[in-house]
Amino acid sequence: MSDGEPLVRWQWIGDHAGELADYTGVHLRLGLLPVLFGLIISVPLGIVCHRRGWLYAPVLTVANILYAIPSLALFMIFVNYTGLTERTVMIPLTLYTLSVLVPAVVDGLASVPEPVRQAATALGFGPARRIVQVELPIAVPVVIAGVRVAAVSSLSLVAVGQLIGQGGLGYYITRGLQLDFPTPIVTAIALIMLLALTTDALLVLAQRLLTPWSRSKVTTS
Amino acid sequence: MIRFHAVSKNYPNGTTAVDELSLELAEGGITVLVGPSGCGKTTTLRMINRMVEPTAGTVSLRGRDIREIRAPELRRGIGYVIQHAGLFPHRTVLDNIATVPLLLGWNRKKARARAAQLLELVGLPHEMGRRYPNQLSGGQQQRVGVARALGADPPVLLMDEPFSAVDPIVRTELQAEFVRLQKELHKTIVFVTHDIDEAIRLGDHIAVFRTGGRLAQFDTPERLLAHPADAFVAGFVGQDRGIRRLSFVKAAEVPLRDGPVLPATAPVERARAAREPWVLVIDDERRPLGWAAVPELPQSGTLADASLLPLGPTFSLVADSARAALDSALLSPSRLAVGVDTDGAVVGVADAYELSATTVAADAAETEANEDVEAAGDRAGAGSAGGGEG
Repeated sequence: MSDGEPLVRWQWIGDHAGELADYTGVHLRLGLLPVLFGLIISVPLGIVCHRRGWLYAPVLTVANILYAIPSLALFMIFVNYTGLTERTVMIPLTLYTLSVLVPAVVDGLASVPEPVRQAATALGFGPARRIVQVELPIAVPVVIAGVRVAAVSSLSLVAVGQLIGQGGLGYYITRGLQLDFPTPIVTAIALIMLLALTTDALLVLAQRLLTPWSRSKVTTS
Repeated sequence: MIRFHAVSKNYPNGTTAVDELSLELAEGGITVLVGPSGCGKTTTLRMINRMVEPTAGTVSLRGRDIREIRAPELRRGIGYVIQHAGLFPHRTVLDNIATVPLLLGWNRKKARARAAQLLELVGLPHEMGRRYPNQLSGGQQQRVGVARALGADPPVLLMDEPFSAVDPIVRTELQAEFVRLQKELHKTIVFVTHDIDEAIRLGDHIAVFRTGGRLAQFDTPERLLAHPADAFVAGFVGQDRGIRRLSFVKAAEVPLRDGPVLPATAPVERARAAREPWVLVIDDERRPLGWAAVPELPQSGTLADASLLPLGPTFSLVADSARAALDSALLSPSRLAVGVDTDGAVVGVADAYELSATTVAADAAETEANEDVEAAGDRAGAGSAGGGEG
């Protein structure tokens, strides 16, 4: 960083507002779609693991191994198939969420009290209906706790995708480094943190709305 | 109504939960399955709604082998109440109660209207319907559990230790409520408990199980107390079964004597002349005032001048059992129980020894009744054989 250069030039931010907004949108898409895909995979996988206990350990091991593979390596592998596209970033990010989301679903289902499960069966819920109408709704608080972790880490990981030119706001980080110009770097970091915090807050709100029953012991009606 | 025919449940690890059970449960009564833990009573209960499938034998409901009915369908027609209510935490109280109607495809409005009725039936205020289960006390949750089981008005109700997780005061309250409800509903109820007192209080019939899933005795509570089949049943029923039997004898059957009963206006000489240590003093409407100890009576005057000892509890000839009468005798200063009619007027007195005679009388009456039942059974048997083609 050259001497005398301020950390943030507000002028630059003003000039690039439109472009920053575009990149923020891309960043959100690259960060959050993998969480959605991860959830779509994890719910059925988690249900199967919950039903067949012996499956859980191997599934979790595979998910953790995937998480241990450096993203760079995964990008390079997928570049061969999906090129320098957004998909090449989103596939590894989706795989990463599994190590958080599969346990979240399994733990969530395990949080359903046994008497509740038995009552559901005894009242005449078939297995599928019981999962959808009783067990999954009760698992929601635990699942959302997992989604919060997955979403925040996914949003911060997106920037690495810049290695193949698909990094959302990560673009400004490499750009700033190349130009020895701190403003875009600081702006991108601030925006990524803002996205993460906002997403997290929205998820907390969503949980409150989805599970009014999990709060407050006493209400006056 | 519900019939077990040579039913066994064995698990792959070699344990036998239920062993060759044959049992027929009558329609419209409460049958209590009772026994120590591991005796197979809950397994037996769960075989009725196919939550447990027997290894051998058949269970039939109204003459139909329950294996012919798809399990979820069968279960929607059988109410089920479990120990820790097992309410759905994510649904409001009203929606919990509406569960089975909704599963049966009723529209939401009709199901909720039905649920509101049931909420009232189990004695909970209407506003409680909007709450979530975790906002209710244990006793309230259990009431909702009962209401939920009654959702689609099933003829059969299975109850697995429904009152054992609440404190004793609430339990007594729930039991009383349950008896009241059953008087109104006449369901066929199968009730599991490990508490013999609860079994005797609630059951029309009691099946006592012993460890290893064998039926030890199936009888009415009266007969179970009077004639336990063997040492195991006698031990399980408990040492005070003699006293408990008196619960089944109506106070009206208790032999009373006129006893030393005198109005307050009587002169003390009359009390002395009775040659009894105690005299029961009554007012002019024959309502008891208290006991006068004869040796401590004043020299002259009427009994109204004497200092009386408190009466202790009286028993009602209309509403109470011989057990209440005995209790009243034991708590009375004179050791005499005072029997009163609906107006509270004294009918007579009896001591503990005289009260114990009622068990003997009950035995005699029972033998007679059994002969009647057997004779009636023979007639019914002949009748049904004759009507076989219908």
